[in-house]
Amino acid sequence: MGAFMPNMSPRLRRPLWIALLLTPALLLMIGFVTLPILSALVYAFYKWQGLARIGFAGFENFRLILFQPPFSTWTYNAFFHNLIVFVSLMVVQNGTAFFLAWMLSKGLRLHRFHQVSLFLPVILSTVIIGFLWKLFLNPLFGLVNQTLVAIGLASWAQPWLGQPSTALASLIVVNAWHWVGFPTLVYLAAMQRIPREILESAEIDGAGEWTRIRRIVWPLVAPATTIVVILTFIGSFNWFELPYIMSGLEGPPFHSTDVLGLYFYRTAFGTVSAALQDFGRGSALAVLIFLFILCISAWWVRILRRREIDL
Amino acid sequence: MSPLFRLGATLALAVSAAAPAFAAELTFWSWRQEDRAAYQEIIADFNKLHPDVKIKFEAFEPTSYNTILSTALAGGKGPDLIQARAYGGLEAFAKPGYFLALDKTMVPELDNFAPDVLAAESMREDGKVYAVPFATQTVLILYNKELFQKNGVNPPESWEDMIAAAKAFKAKGVMPFANGTATAWQNEILMGAFGPSLYGREFNGDLVSGKATFQDKRFVDALAKLTELKEHLPQGFTGVDYPTMQQLFISGRAAMIAAGSFEIANFRRQNPKLEIGVIPGPAAAKGGPRLVSLFVDGGYAINAKTEHRADAIKFIRYVATPRFGDLFSSKLGNISPIKGVKIEDGLLADVARLNASSSPYVMLVNFRYQEPTGSTLIQSGVQKMMAGQATPVEVGADVTKGIAAYYKPFQK
Repeated sequence: MGAFMPNMSPRLRRPLWIALLLTPALLLMIGFVTLPILSALVYAFYKWQGLARIGFAGFENFRLILFQPPFSTWTYNAFFHNLIVFVSLMVVQNGTAFFLAWMLSKGLRLHRFHQVSLFLPVILSTVIIGFLWKLFLNPLFGLVNQTLVAIGLASWAQPWLGQPSTALASLIVVNAWHWVGFPTLVYLAAMQRIPREILESAEIDGAGEWTRIRRIVWPLVAPATTIVVILTFIGSFNWFELPYIMSGLEGPPFHSTDVLGLYFYRTAFGTVSAALQDFGRGSALAVLIFLFILCISAWWVRILRRREIDL
Repeated sequence: MSPLFRLGATLALAVSAAAPAFAAELTFWSWRQEDRAAYQEIIADFNKLHPDVKIKFEAFEPTSYNTILSTALAGGKGPDLIQARAYGGLEAFAKPGYFLALDKTMVPELDNFAPDVLAAESMREDGKVYAVPFATQTVLILYNKELFQKNGVNPPESWEDMIAAAKAFKAKGVMPFANGTATAWQNEILMGAFGPSLYGREFNGDLVSGKATFQDKRFVDALAKLTELKEHLPQGFTGVDYPTMQQLFISGRAAMIAAGSFEIANFRRQNPKLEIGVIPGPAAAKGGPRLVSLFVDGGYAINAKTEHRADAIKFIRYVATPRFGDLFSSKLGNISPIKGVKIEDGLLADVARLNASSSPYVMLVNFRYQEPTGSTLIQSGVQKMMAGQATPVEVGADVTKGIAAYYKPFQK
């Protein structure tokens, strides 16, 4: 590298090189991430007619989505569903993942096979998973109901995606089925890093399995928990593909599967059959979702980091 | 760049250079990829009259069409000729001034349309026409003729007949209706097919003049009637989505479907043996009037910033003539609203006859201009009501309250 900058002191050369190497990536990030976020922020303060800006709106768009029914009702309804999704996924998906990882870490027979099959759905696209499960859950010719009928449980057959009592739960279960392999892998890696001697000496001291999980494994996999919680949080509040494919843009039935992602999409871009395009309200919504996720995850990372122990 | 591509590009350049200088090429955007072949024939027919105007048809994916089109137009570009939607979907483009206003000196053929059809492609503020309507769509009931004959059931005329027919089909193990409520907009279709015959001819006018709201007894009673259908819809109908209901009817498992006339071409393509009949929603009482819901599908507009205004007007005048209407109806299986169009197809002719006794498809025609749209409200309202989680009175009140946010006559 000396050939390019012959007269420069080495102390200056290094930072210059770093800057040079960072520039392309930085430019891409600015062009495709920072600028769109900033422009959404600007858009949120205007009144729109289709894609034409027709005047300054101040905080009107924010007022509408936060305080003016039915827009605000839809916002809180969707937000509440995101919250349910997050809490349920933490319990159903990540709880399962933790115990699966514990079982796998014991290295029982066929554990490689189970490891691969658990991770397999993760590599499939959400579109395929969503479409497949939508067919499985079809009330008339779906696999789920037909199986229930075949084993004599016809009364358990339900229009799973068609009633508010089961629609969101079905989506959550499908999401957990799709993603459970990922937190499992994260936990498994963390568990394998725990030195055997710690666990063995605990066992010799008479600690039962449950005590070992609670007092040794759980505290020592804290860094993995941080990652899993934050990723699940971001994923839950950006949830879009699965509900879009399996239920639809309106979050049917009657908004019982509506989440912020769907609500944002149909507000900003409209739908062919009902909603009109409104970039102002859509951008306001996007800005609020972004700020919410950013603040909460930043705060949470700090809290979760505190309980991590270095080995 | 592959050599073949380079050769092609050179040839294309040579050809365009050889073409006479006055032959401008106009671009024409549409969301109907599946209609490409038909539009090529239509353009060829137009070229018999105007050989000097070249038109290039380009189609885009329907759900992103609006975004693509508005992005282009906002940037001062876009096609010369535009397939546009109607009502609120037209205003979204006409209001920012993207479309050229048409009048009868420019397009004398506008006389070929009824005033309410032109109103669908006009802006409410200035009353000017911004697009030439291409089709009307009817919301009604399609039935499987073969199933009716085989089971000795007659197409119902009154609500009573229909319930009796549904029971007869059920007894024979045939699904009476294919309709499910899982897909939001299908709930509006359901109300569109049955509503007008139940709430009557005057209701729409009373809404527009501000004499009635959706809490009107006529509308609430119609909603209540709709709930009687529940036991005749497929098992688990709240989970039956749009593709499933289509397949139930196409495969001959269900005898009837409340649907839009736009399904006909698609159903026939998927099952050419299917014999479809059409009836309006049954009358509330025997011998009462029966109405279908009617709306204008969309129109053809001119980009206000086109550099080929004179040529674009030639095409827009052509698509307002019966000559185009005949071709459009026969090639695309849709009903042209142009006066004097002859519809060859028996089934489409039946639909056109039913259109003589119609009521506007109420939410699209009147309340899809501002948020929350009447469509959004009625779709989730009917969905909720059919699931047994809202009463007709509650739905009527919710819809009225939602629309009252921007509609003065409801603000009482």
